[in-house]
Amino acid sequence: MIQAGVIGVGQTKYDAKRRDVSMAGLVREAIDNAMLAADLEWDAIDAVILGKAPDMFEGVIMPELYLADAIGAVGKPVLRVHTAGSVGGSTAVIAASHVCSGQFKTVLTVTFEKQSESNATWALSPRYPYSPHINAGAGGYFAPFIREYIRRYEAPEHIGWKVAVKDRQNALKNPLAHLHIPGIDEKMVSDTPMLWEPLRYLESCPSSDGACAMVITAQDQVGSRNVAWIKGMAVRSEGTLSAGRDEVNPQAGIDCAKDIYNQAGIQNPFNEIDCAEIYVPFSWYEPMWLENLGFCDLGEGWKLTDKDATAIDGELPFNMSGGVLSSNPIGASGMIRFGEAALQVMGLAEDHQVEDAKVAMGHAYGGAAQFFAMWIVSSSLD
Amino acid sequence: MKKVAIVGYAQHPILKNAGALNEVELIMPVVHQLFNDLGISQKDIDFTCSGSCDYLQGAAFAFVEGLSAIQTHPPIKESHVEMDAAWAMYESMLKIQMGDAETALIYGFGKSSPGDLDAIISLQMDPYYISPLWPDRVSLAALQARVLLDQNIITPEQMLATVIEARANSKNNKNALITDLIDESNYLNNAMVSSPLNQLDCPPISDGSSAMIIASEEKAYEFTDHPIWIEGIDHRIESSNLGSRNLATSKTLQASMNQLNFKNIKFDVAELHTQFSHELPFLKSLLNLQDIPVNLSGGPLVGNVMMCAGLDAIGKTYEALKENQFTHGLAHATSGPCLQHNMLVHLEAQK
Repeated sequence: MIQAGVIGVGQTKYDAKRRDVSMAGLVREAIDNAMLAADLEWDAIDAVILGKAPDMFEGVIMPELYLADAIGAVGKPVLRVHTAGSVGGSTAVIAASHVCSGQFKTVLTVTFEKQSESNATWALSPRYPYSPHINAGAGGYFAPFIREYIRRYEAPEHIGWKVAVKDRQNALKNPLAHLHIPGIDEKMVSDTPMLWEPLRYLESCPSSDGACAMVITAQDQVGSRNVAWIKGMAVRSEGTLSAGRDEVNPQAGIDCAKDIYNQAGIQNPFNEIDCAEIYVPFSWYEPMWLENLGFCDLGEGWKLTDKDATAIDGELPFNMSGGVLSSNPIGASGMIRFGEAALQVMGLAEDHQVEDAKVAMGHAYGGAAQFFAMWIVSSSLD
Repeated sequence: MKKVAIVGYAQHPILKNAGALNEVELIMPVVHQLFNDLGISQKDIDFTCSGSCDYLQGAAFAFVEGLSAIQTHPPIKESHVEMDAAWAMYESMLKIQMGDAETALIYGFGKSSPGDLDAIISLQMDPYYISPLWPDRVSLAALQARVLLDQNIITPEQMLATVIEARANSKNNKNALITDLIDESNYLNNAMVSSPLNQLDCPPISDGSSAMIIASEEKAYEFTDHPIWIEGIDHRIESSNLGSRNLATSKTLQASMNQLNFKNIKFDVAELHTQFSHELPFLKSLLNLQDIPVNLSGGPLVGNVMMCAGLDAIGKTYEALKENQFTHGLAHATSGPCLQHNMLVHLEAQK
C-alpha cells in the first residue's frame, strides 16, 4: 500500500462566536495555516475532502457547493463527508484513502463547524416523522451510559471533575483553545450546575466556532518536509439499537482500535503510544475510552485517571491541547484530535508538546457512541 | 491501478409519495434484493457507504436512521457522504483501490415529498447573500436554460423532444414514476414554472432508494462471469458564484473528458443525470453523444430521487451494458445549481 503522511496542520482560533469571519472565511483561515505549514502552492492540491456534522448546524445544505471557492476546490474533485460527531476523524481517514488509493498525490482536507449560526441542541434533537420526540441533546443522550459506567465499576464522583480540570489546565497551554479558565479546580467544577446527572456544566464541552485543515501526501512527494506518517487508520460503525449492543463499551470502538494497533504493529498500546488526543466531550468519557481502546482492563480506566496517568507529564498523556472539553466545533473536533496527534509527533505542539513524542493516536466518535474513526501517526516510517 | 467492477444494482420503484415508509423501509428492500441476487449477506461486504441529505428528512441524522436497514452487529466499516450516492460509490472505489476492502455496498435514499424541495434546495447557495433571496431550484436551472437558448446552443424543439422521448423511454424502466406519453400540444399548453421551463421540463418530486455492489477484480468473478468495469471516473466542481461561471459550457466537464481520454473512446450508450429538459441536449452536445442512445431509462424526467439519481445513472448504464450488446457506457452524476459539480464514469463490458 502507498504510505501517506501529514505535512501540514492548520487550525483557527476557537471561540463561541467567530463574528469576524463568514463560514467561508473560517474554513479559509484553517486552510491557509495548513498550506503555509505544508509549504505548498495551490496547484499541488489534487482533491479537497470536506467534512462537517449536520447541515442543520448552520442551515447550509451540502456546503461544499457554496464553499467550493473558499476551499480551493474549483476545477478539482471535492467530497463531503458526514458521519455525525466522528466526522472530523472519518474525513481524515477518507482524505488519506484518496492518497493510499494511488489516484491522488496530495490532498487537502478541512472540517468545520460554525455553531453560532444555529443552536446545536435544537439540531441534535430532531423530531423524526412517525417517531417519539427525544429532546435530549448530546449530554442527555450520553448521561445514562455514564451512569451505567459509574455503577458497574463503582467509580467515585470526583473522577469527572478531575478530567474537567486537567483538560482545561492543558487548554491554558494552547492559545487556540476556546475555553481558558485560569485557576480552575475541582471545587469550581463541582460547584457548577448539574446539567444531566452526573454531568455538571464544567464537565461538558462548549459550543464553538472553528475549523481544522490538513495536507496529506504520498511518500514520494514528501521531500525534506517534517511528516507525521499514518501508520494505521480505520473506521467502524454499529447500529443505534442493535440487539446485544453495549453502549458503555461499544464493540465498534474495540474493533476499530484493534485494527489500527494491528496496522501499526502495536502490541501494548499503553506502553507503545506516547500520547493521545481522544474525543472526550463529557468528562467521564476519558476513563470509559481508556478501557474501550484497550489501554487498560475494564474498570481500571478511572483509576488511571485518578493517579494522573493521563496528565500532560503522565505515563499516557490524553488531550494535551485541551481536548473537546476546551474547544468543540463539532464537525472539526475529530480532525483536531487527528491533527493534534500529528503535531505531537512532528514536534510542533509548542507549549503543550509532550517531550519525545514519537507515536500518537487520534480518535473520534459520534452518534449514540456508535461511529468511530481512529489513526496512529508516527515520526518515523519504520 | 486496481480494477473495480460493478456486480449488482437494485432500485426501489420510484414513488410520488412514500407516505409513512421510513428510510429503513425504503432501503431494506433494495439491499436485500441485491444480497438475494448475488447469494450473499452483509458479512460478505467489507465496506458500506451511503449518500443522503438530512434536510430532505427534516432531521439532523437521517443517515443514522438509515443504517438500521443493514446488519451492523458485529460492527462494520462504514461511512456516509452528504451527497448523491454516486459519490458514495466513488469513496468505496478508493477503499477497494487502496486495499482496505474487496467488496463494497453502496446505497442512497431520498424522500422529497414531505418537504418543500424548492425551499430546501435554495439553502445550497451562499447563506449571506443568495439564500436569503430563496432562489428555487427551477429558477436557477432556468437561468442556464435561458443562456443556452439565447446562445443557440440548444433549441426549444430539442427541449420538447427531450420531454417526449423521456416519457417514451419510461417503458424501458419498470421503476419509472412518470409513464404517461405526451405530445407537442400537451407540452405547449403547459404553464411556465420559471421561463423558459414549464412543468414538463422539470423532474417530478420523487421518493425512493437504490443500492449497488462493487468489487475488486479478484472478487468480481466470484459474483458474476460478466462484471462491468469502472474503466475511468473523474469528478470536479465549479465555482459557487453563478456570475463568475460561463453557463454556456462546462470547463470542468471538459477537463474530465480529457482526463478520461474521451477522444479514444466510442461510447455505445449513456445515462445522464439531467434533471431539466435543457440539460440533455446541452450535455449531449458537450460530451459528443449525438449519435448514441442517451437516457434509455427515461432519466430524471420520469423519476428523480434526490441523492440517488446520480447513482441511478451509473446503475442504469450498468444495466444497459449487461442487457445489450454494448461495450462502452458513459454515466453522469451532478450536484448543485446549474450542473455545478459533475462526475463522469466510463463503464466497460468485456465481451
